Amino acid sequence: MTQRADLLPKQSLTQNKFVQIIVRYGLMVILAFLLFAIILLITGNDPIISYRDLFKATFGSAYGFSEVITGMIPILLTALAVGLPARIGLINVGGEGQLYMGGICATFAALAFQDLPAILLLPLMIILGILGGAFWAFIAAYLRTRGLANETITTLLLNMIAPKIAGLLVFGFWHSPLETNMTPNFVSAARLPTLFNSRVHLGLLFGLVLLAVFWFVMKRTRWGLEMRTIGGNAQAARRNGIPISKYMIIVFCISGGIAGLAGMAQVSGYYGLLIPNFSPGWGYMGFLISWMSFGDPIGILIMSFVVSIILTGGNMLQITIGLPYAVINLLLAFTLFVVLAKPVLPKLRKGKSS
Amino acid sequence: MSLLALLGVLSSMIYSGTSLLYATIGEVVGQRAGIVNLGVEGVLLISAATGYGVTVTTGNPFIGVLAAILAGGLINLLFGFLVISRKANQLASGLAVMFFGVGLSALIGKPFVGQKINSLPRYMLPGLDDLPLRISSLFRFDLLIYLVIPITILVWWLLFRTKWGLGLRAVGENAETAFASGRNPNLVKFQALFVGGLLTGLGAAHLTLAFTMNWAEYMTGGRGFIAIALVIFAKWHPIRAIVGVLLFSGAVAFQLLLQVSGVRISPFILDMVPFILTLVVLVIWGGSSKHAAPATLGRVYQGTE
Amino acid sequence: MSELTEPNVDQSPLLRMEGVCKRFSDVIANENIDFEIYKSEIHALLGENGAGKSTLMKILYGYYKSDKGKIFLEGKETKIRSPHDAMQLNIGMVFQVLNLIPAITVLENIALFLKELPFVYSHAQLRKQILDLSKQYSLEVNPDNLVSHLSIGEQQKVEILKLLLSEAKVLILDEPTRVLAPHEVEGLFDVLNKLKKDGYAIVLITHKLNEVLESADRITVLRGGKVAGSILHKEASETRLIQMMFDKQLTTRIVRQDTPRSEKPVLELISFSTQADGASISLKNLELKIFPGEIVGVAGVSGNGQKELCDAILGMEKIVSGKKLLDGKNFTHASTGLMRKFGMGFIPENPLTMATVPFMSVLENMAITRSEYYSKSGGFGMDWKLVREDTKKSLEKFGFTFSYYIPAKSLSGGNLQRLIIARELMKDPKLIIASYLTRGLDVQSTLVARQELMQARNSGTGVLLISEDLDELFSLSDRLIVLYEGKIVGEFIPTETDIYHIGHLMTGSKETYDSKS
Repeated sequence: MTQRADLLPKQSLTQNKFVQIIVRYGLMVILAFLLFAIILLITGNDPIISYRDLFKATFGSAYGFSEVITGMIPILLTALAVGLPARIGLINVGGEGQLYMGGICATFAALAFQDLPAILLLPLMIILGILGGAFWAFIAAYLRTRGLANETITTLLLNMIAPKIAGLLVFGFWHSPLETNMTPNFVSAARLPTLFNSRVHLGLLFGLVLLAVFWFVMKRTRWGLEMRTIGGNAQAARRNGIPISKYMIIVFCISGGIAGLAGMAQVSGYYGLLIPNFSPGWGYMGFLISWMSFGDPIGILIMSFVVSIILTGGNMLQITIGLPYAVINLLLAFTLFVVLAKPVLPKLRKGKSS
Repeated sequence: MSLLALLGVLSSMIYSGTSLLYATIGEVVGQRAGIVNLGVEGVLLISAATGYGVTVTTGNPFIGVLAAILAGGLINLLFGFLVISRKANQLASGLAVMFFGVGLSALIGKPFVGQKINSLPRYMLPGLDDLPLRISSLFRFDLLIYLVIPITILVWWLLFRTKWGLGLRAVGENAETAFASGRNPNLVKFQALFVGGLLTGLGAAHLTLAFTMNWAEYMTGGRGFIAIALVIFAKWHPIRAIVGVLLFSGAVAFQLLLQVSGVRISPFILDMVPFILTLVVLVIWGGSSKHAAPATLGRVYQGTE
Repeated sequence: MSELTEPNVDQSPLLRMEGVCKRFSDVIANENIDFEIYKSEIHALLGENGAGKSTLMKILYGYYKSDKGKIFLEGKETKIRSPHDAMQLNIGMVFQVLNLIPAITVLENIALFLKELPFVYSHAQLRKQILDLSKQYSLEVNPDNLVSHLSIGEQQKVEILKLLLSEAKVLILDEPTRVLAPHEVEGLFDVLNKLKKDGYAIVLITHKLNEVLESADRITVLRGGKVAGSILHKEASETRLIQMMFDKQLTTRIVRQDTPRSEKPVLELISFSTQADGASISLKNLELKIFPGEIVGVAGVSGNGQKELCDAILGMEKIVSGKKLLDGKNFTHASTGLMRKFGMGFIPENPLTMATVPFMSVLENMAITRSEYYSKSGGFGMDWKLVREDTKKSLEKFGFTFSYYIPAKSLSGGNLQRLIIARELMKDPKLIIASYLTRGLDVQSTLVARQELMQARNSGTGVLLISEDLDELFSLSDRLIVLYEGKIVGEFIPTETDIYHIGHLMTGSKETYDSKS
């Protein structure tokens, strides 16, 4: 039963894969929009008009589009923070907490070193933001490798503690003289620059660069190969001499660092100050995006864009259809349900096994 | 710090803790069968909105309670469909249910924002008639508060003293062995989720119909997540959950007490303490098998074929 | 310990299996087997691994369905379609992997399997039942202990109690003494004898001769899926049983090039011991040397420490005492990565689950063993060209070709094993551990695999070959050792011994042997 040597270059497979990706995500999104249309109909709205307004708000104007991109930044980063450890079989639900710690540490730098020029202050904030998130992740990773506690449970608990630390620091020590529930505005040297006239800040660059690095590392480098081996068959990885425990800690900490970077980016680029509950669930949304994309970098890019459209466009919906903003969560939830329920779609049988 | 203030704190603890306890034991039942539902928050919200809406429409809070209970059970069945029938990842599905709950509850509840209801009637704790009104009025509790401890004990009894509960715990520990004993693991998991959902709905009912007596978007304020932390703190045991609930709701009440007596500790520290304690508990007993989580918690049962 | 009875010859059997046949894809597990079970009797089912013993009993228990054959209960034909049917007929089985839940108590584990348990059951009543029964049959356990706190021997007692309380009248035990300490074995047979006196029918699946000779009333030997013989205790002797178990003619002999033996061993184990937990075996004070250019074969029934030996040498299992030396250097606590870098290769018995990543391509699977060697620019790139060249060379050396880009899981078992062999033998390793090299392979792949191993040996690699196939061991090994209950019980040169002698040792014969001579 020998098989002939087949030296086909891999390119043709990739092209095929591209088409599969577009089709898969496209169908997912369309199905979700259809389900939400039912909700719209029930509440007496015309889905076509509502969706038209949504797309006009997000794509119809430069401002709208820039808002979508701005909204995409934190969730792109948190999705990466989940996608990376997923490759070696680790589940990081702690993006939310790590994001907070990153924001807190960056805020510390912003408030303590207000006299530094931006060229020094910003990198300092970036480093501290990464370290803050990495430290928060390290706690969970350490406990896991010592066999003491499952990382899912510990990261959930840490998620709930981190915002309270933020609250403690803001209310107790860092608040501005005028308002007790927020810090004073950061000096301009502590703010990430924004693009053109929009609110799109440099965090976007972090996200895109890290995305590209993630893709490159997984596909081309030795570490990516070893990580994929661990994720694909941990026992085989061990037998082949790959040091699993080392990878687990390092990767989890890097993942926390990325989430921490997201926190820093939002605090510095978006808000320009620290308020106690500054994240509307970015960490969790990142988890869902990464999960929906099976940790694939391109999927993460696409889905964080789509989710941002939904969330940003939702603002518009509130005005035109008179439903509370919270209802947009239904559209988000439907997108998730569609992926989770794995309806059997014809063409996708030959896709990459998850 | 007067006795009155102390009793006031106690009363407020009981009021705010009741819904938390119901939600926690509901999640305990599900997790004992091996399923973690991160979307408890969403289940609470939908049940609360449903219960409130039905109460406004019918004018009868008891029917509202029933509606909330049923809603909780149904949403958990939807969750069960995803994680059992479709074998979806439990964490992702739970979060999806959470988002679903925030959205759906806002939709259901919108017409009822700001409307008043006939809240659940309150009854005096027996034996306190002789006390001055200031004190005794603190201890007028509604039916659901009186029922919470008995129901918790009932849940304990169900889990540890009946054949059904034994099978449920077996499924959560090792579904293959449970199958070898003649049970259908997936069916048992659905049953666990349904019962858990009913209990969560009960908690939501108390929250809107007896405690806050109104409806507002996202009124649960994180109670669902606290319930999940409590399940861990209670080491998956319904009776121990009572202690945990006292701790968490006590932290809030304790803040008031401290303010009243002039001590200034940041409320955030007090809010953090229960979570940190839970972490400590987890780490200390993490290695011991007696206090471990159900062995298959979070994993998908693949069947023996 | 022996309380053997004279079997009542005019008593008819309680259960009779007739003409049972069972085939799994291309392996015939049971061929035309007749088997009788009598009351008040211990019936031993003896044979090597793969002889078909477990399969036969699993058919009786309803776990498998036979392709052909009938089952008679007290003379009447009956059908057993599932464990539920078997339990209704009062047949119970204790598997090798115990069906217990560690996190709950003994009492609850037993209650879980009681079909007639009421919805609300009385703990006190059940506790009394358990205590009474355990006193009656010396199966002492504390009903309120968590199963996780029990030793394996105690857990086994719980399994037997479970069967008794569910009213089983036929008890099937699959290799019960595999993980028991000697005094626990004695205890178990005390229990079985008591049960026998009370009318229970017991089937004991085993490969250990000494136990069989001491306590079995009736012995059926299976060999290659067929009944090799069924005799009563008075007709049995060690020699006769071994003849029935191992009647084999040695066939293919592979040409061996005799290489001069170098003085320094490539692998040396000194007083090598591991600590097992649960159902695994502890290795006890092993002394072993493997020299370059030789194949050391390890004979033994699977489950006597082979897996633990592999894992311990690989660096995956904790070594409790003793030393492991590679080329004279201490590698006792070295990581698997270091061992691999030294030049150690490993061919596992199940390549798909143990050595490859199923969804990754053939080429990638070839690279994961030596990822550091193939990395470029400090890890930022992989030299796939080199991987392709090395792979091409290696595959050509062994005479086959594969498409490089197909996922590993699409290869057949035989091809996958060949791929692993090609991978591990790439770069002329110093030491190869081959575990059940040819298990499950077709004839052609088997031949090729053995030839490849020989080639490696001839070029100076030291090889540890673990196998159940005595043919294979005798034809390939320069030296042969026997592993039994975690100890090396014999060491020979193949030409100085024969299959029966090895068979004795594999089945626990009391013959003592000095392994250092």
